[in-house]
Amino acid sequence: MPDSFFTASPEWRWWIVFYFFVGGIAGGAFAIAALLRLFGREVDRPLSRLGYYIAFPGSIISGILLIADLKRPERFWHMLIQSETLAPAFKWWSPISIGSWGLLLFGLFSFLAFVGALSEDGVLPQGLQALVQGGLGTIINVLGGLSGFFLAGYTGVLLSTTNRPLWSDTVWLGLLFLVSGFSTGAALLILLSWRREPPALAWLKELDTWVLGLEFIVLIVLLATLGMAVLRPVLFNAWGVLLLVGVVLVGILVPVLLHFRPLLGRLTVPSAALLVLIGGFILRVVMLLSSEAA
Amino acid sequence: MPEPMGFFTDTSVCIGCKACEVACKAWNQLPARNGGKVTLSGESYDNTVALSGIQWRHVKFIEQFSPDRSTGRWLMMSDVCKHCVQAACLEVCPTGAIIRTEFDTVVIQSDVCNGCRACIAACPFGVIEINPETNTAMKCTLCYDRMQAGMVPACAQACPTQSIQFGPISELRQRAQARLEQLQAQGMTQARLYGHDESILGGLNSFYLLLDEPEVYGLPSNPQLPSRNVGPGAGLSAAGAVALGLLGIAGLRKRRMDQLAAEAREQREDREDSHAG
Repeated sequence: MPDSFFTASPEWRWWIVFYFFVGGIAGGAFAIAALLRLFGREVDRPLSRLGYYIAFPGSIISGILLIADLKRPERFWHMLIQSETLAPAFKWWSPISIGSWGLLLFGLFSFLAFVGALSEDGVLPQGLQALVQGGLGTIINVLGGLSGFFLAGYTGVLLSTTNRPLWSDTVWLGLLFLVSGFSTGAALLILLSWRREPPALAWLKELDTWVLGLEFIVLIVLLATLGMAVLRPVLFNAWGVLLLVGVVLVGILVPVLLHFRPLLGRLTVPSAALLVLIGGFILRVVMLLSSEAA
Repeated sequence: MPEPMGFFTDTSVCIGCKACEVACKAWNQLPARNGGKVTLSGESYDNTVALSGIQWRHVKFIEQFSPDRSTGRWLMMSDVCKHCVQAACLEVCPTGAIIRTEFDTVVIQSDVCNGCRACIAACPFGVIEINPETNTAMKCTLCYDRMQAGMVPACAQACPTQSIQFGPISELRQRAQARLEQLQAQGMTQARLYGHDESILGGLNSFYLLLDEPEVYGLPSNPQLPSRNVGPGAGLSAAGAVALGLLGIAGLRKRRMDQLAAEAREQREDREDSHAG
């Protein structure tokens, strides 16, 4: 029996699945928005603003879900500040520690971009547009994009940095969650913008197709690295079926097919995006709960 | 600085009396399971089942019987936190709640812990759980309070067969080696020490003499630190982030090139039209 099967479950509650999902989308959406802002054209700005509008609420929801999962939520600040010395609590080798700081930073940059976007849309004073334009905007987009990538991927590394079945038996979870976060972020952007047909929609669809292909490859490699001793008790059951049907078929293969063949007419684009989101959610459900059930 | 202290548990003389469990509960004022309701587990004669946030010592009953139960034996083992020299729980704890004491033992400070449960998933032995009364992670402290007062931990004090021995690690290792040689001389070739040297997590300050494979006792054969996966996992993710970024930039660049080419084509066609006109 693999050593990971002698351990106890942390019994993180069901909403942690939502945190992993929402955090991935928020991080992915900001990273895409930043790419559009830094390397796109002026006509792409509405789509990048949509990315900021997704990212900041996503970071707030993420924080709330994480705090709600603590057994002593009133002590959430112990993640960042040592309660006895009030010095910063930071361990670079502990993903849960570095992740707390990462989420804080992402929250800060996504908030600044959110304010800048509201300014561009005329809701807030014009001067605040500098938060997403010019030199300052570049800095915020670069740092926010990097922290977005971090937020999307660190959750998988966090799971690997345990001794639990499946999670600790592979080092590919971080990459899988990162790629999935990027694809679900792109999918939500497509789903919320396809009616207006933004100029970058074709780019976004093409990007999502590539990313889904990458996700498929990473998932296969991850499963191959687990070995039969882990796969048999963890995924040779209903969880495995859910992974095959819900993630591989519904969340990856069908959306890729729809990207190439518009089988559903006008609804092809939003349908493919919706399926990617469903697949991304099921991926996290399976990866978290199949280990818990082992 | 006091020398490292710990437990040597000789499972060959454990009689499964569970005095250690009772002493631990009594000294540490831990509540009863199921609110004191007596329930039978159906697992041998063991009704306390497992280590938990309110059960810091647990005596395992392992039945090794022939199918007709005419021959066999019970293996008994008083399980507890291993107080690893390289402790996985301490490594991942984000709040600093888990500390290493002057006795080289590992203690969770209940007033600092916020119940994130990272330590539970990290512990390779499944030792730590949440205490439902405090809502913080809890485990054996090796009776840190008693040690500070020069006393023997409650479980070792109560053990009637000296299965649980307490003392300086260097001395315990010598005793364990002598006992192992004694048992092997008696023909118990399966007897072995577990965690007595640095091969397991730098050494376990609560180590064991076992009469069978570690897995038989529910112990991992090669427990490891969770941080072993941080570097490779983070490296792959970083490489993935670079790849995704480049993929996005390449797509935007291609779109720009296509647009410039289309504009150039239009201009050329306009020029040709005007020449023709």
